[in-house]
Amino acid sequence: MLKRLAKKLRLGFNSLFLHKLRSGLAVLGILIGVTAVIWLVAMGEGVSYQAQQQIKDLGATNVIVRSVKPPQESSRAGGGFFMPYGLLRADFDRIVSNVPTIRQAVPMREIRREIRNADRTVDAKLVGCTPEYFALNHLTLSRGRFLTDRDLDRSDNVAVLAAESAAILFPYEDPLGRTVQIGSDFYRVVGQTAPRTASAAIGGSLEAREYDLDVYIPLSTLRWRIGDMVLTARSGSREGEIVELSQITLTVGDLDEVDETADIVRTLLEKYHPNPDFAVVVPKELLRQAEMMRAMFNVLLVLIAGISLLVGGIGIMNIMLATVTERTREIGIRRALGATQGDIIQQFLTETIVLSGTGGLLGVFFGFLCKPAVVGVRNLLGRILPDMMASLPPNILNLEPRIATWSIVVAFGISVLVGMVFGLYPARRAAHMDPIEALRHE
Amino acid sequence: MSDVAVAAPSTRRKIVARVADLKKDYHLGNNVVVRALRGVSLEFAEGDFVAIMGSSGSGKSTLLNLLGCLDRPTSGQYFLAGRDVSRLDDRALSGIRSRYLGFIFQSYNLISQLSVAENIEVPLQYQGDDSPAARQRCVRLAQLVGLGDRLHHRPTELSGGQQQRVAIARALVNNPHIILADEPTGNLDTATGNEIMQILDALNRAGRTILMVTHEPDIAAHAHRVVHLRDGRVEQVTGASR
Repeated sequence: MLKRLAKKLRLGFNSLFLHKLRSGLAVLGILIGVTAVIWLVAMGEGVSYQAQQQIKDLGATNVIVRSVKPPQESSRAGGGFFMPYGLLRADFDRIVSNVPTIRQAVPMREIRREIRNADRTVDAKLVGCTPEYFALNHLTLSRGRFLTDRDLDRSDNVAVLAAESAAILFPYEDPLGRTVQIGSDFYRVVGQTAPRTASAAIGGSLEAREYDLDVYIPLSTLRWRIGDMVLTARSGSREGEIVELSQITLTVGDLDEVDETADIVRTLLEKYHPNPDFAVVVPKELLRQAEMMRAMFNVLLVLIAGISLLVGGIGIMNIMLATVTERTREIGIRRALGATQGDIIQQFLTETIVLSGTGGLLGVFFGFLCKPAVVGVRNLLGRILPDMMASLPPNILNLEPRIATWSIVVAFGISVLVGMVFGLYPARRAAHMDPIEALRHE
Repeated sequence: MSDVAVAAPSTRRKIVARVADLKKDYHLGNNVVVRALRGVSLEFAEGDFVAIMGSSGSGKSTLLNLLGCLDRPTSGQYFLAGRDVSRLDDRALSGIRSRYLGFIFQSYNLISQLSVAENIEVPLQYQGDDSPAARQRCVRLAQLVGLGDRLHHRPTELSGGQQQRVAIARALVNNPHIILADEPTGNLDTATGNEIMQILDALNRAGRTILMVTHEPDIAAHAHRVVHLRDGRVEQVTGASR
């Protein structure tokens, strides 16, 4: 049985080999289709894996409450030069004392500041935070220590530099024990964090976050030394704002409590914030959205790739029809020698399946080249068009295609199926020829 | 005259094929009906060598197609291997061709992309026999027709005579009841044609039943009996089965 099948396949290969160019082009159609399926799905999976990884970093059991600058009109309503908005320290206390499901609440305040070491400066993100911030954001240390409760209690002038900030301010020396200047105050460097990849923006409500240009100081120090008022000069005019906290990250004990907690927090805050100046972000919800997006994306990709396979199939049908006409006489001979119509159908169907199957296998092979190809193209573009590459968003720059096993199975399966479906008509046409007519055919 | 043919069976020999009042009409457009065969009755004994002659349009090709189970008669019967095959469907006819008949064509009709050995093997493929013994048989037959050293050549690499010999080997591979030859020497020069006829003679002496369509009298002379067709009827049968 297996031997007979092997023989049929060999015969199929042989007759296809007689027309190398023609068969090659038919195979190419399928090859491109299958490769397209695998590549597109791999890219899609890569993007969504990145997004999911970042969402997971945010913590599925977390609820993130952020200050959001309200639209311009409503801000003017408050009057005055300094516009207050966002989360208040009172909000923090309210949340912690009123919401029982919360295990941990981590407040944070961030502002852009120029950090200075002698004549070296870096435009860094100054983050006032608590010791919990370290674990919450999956930071790691490369030197020294992170902030401690003692630093906070005493509102010490201590700072932890992120990798990039440290590299700029202290290119040749160990920053530990040295001082950096922020505004008019000096801070002792007690630690340095290891580089951490940036997280991309997710779903619009959360901005992209880079960690490597951070400088961390105790939240209490930031309050006493810098205060809540921020003055920014923007295109000639000056703008002032008063923000107490930029973000509160709440952690609940159980995944089931996330949605409920988010609702409670939202209701609680709405009472004190008539302006929409805060946002509640639920990473778990984002995760669900991202997964739905991925599913929709995949359906779309398979649809597009399916169309290209369909085109490949039509190519195959075209070629098989030509083959059948060309081999009319052979069909007549085989019929005279005892072949049934079924035998003829089988013969031509085998040939189309060999065609599409070969295309499918080659397509899978090229599919596996997805990763090196993407890396190669990226390197090439980086060399030829460095400006364009630099302007690309990080989630495309860092895209790692992830080949999905299901896409290989689906793509190969569809390619064989295409061969069967599109081979059936030419094969039937061959089988239903009148053997006498076929024998007479020149 | 057809009665003569029916009435002259070999005394002891088994009848391998018999047609009775075989008619075949072809319907062309505009209600034109061509009556290609108008009632042919013949018997073929085992080991017979019959030539069918007739001018073009006499119905000899139609008769050969019917005898070869490539077509079905409009009316009449065709008994082959003890059963009436005139009403069988396409699938059953394929089976009859595969088991009981061997074909030799004027233009050899080898499959060009297959080697000599593979061409000889084709009929076995449709019997589902791919045993090593079958392969051995193909090689023996190729040797029998003098092409034992050309097994892996393509038909295009052979002369016309050699190709026809391959076709003869192919016609023998399924051990058929009847070998049907359609102008087997028509595309060959006289010398080569004679070689082919010698092979057919030898096969007949070895007990093969051969039905041959030809329009050349000296080729027909190799047969024991000659059936002359005219306008779809048997005009005359000369000779007698031995």
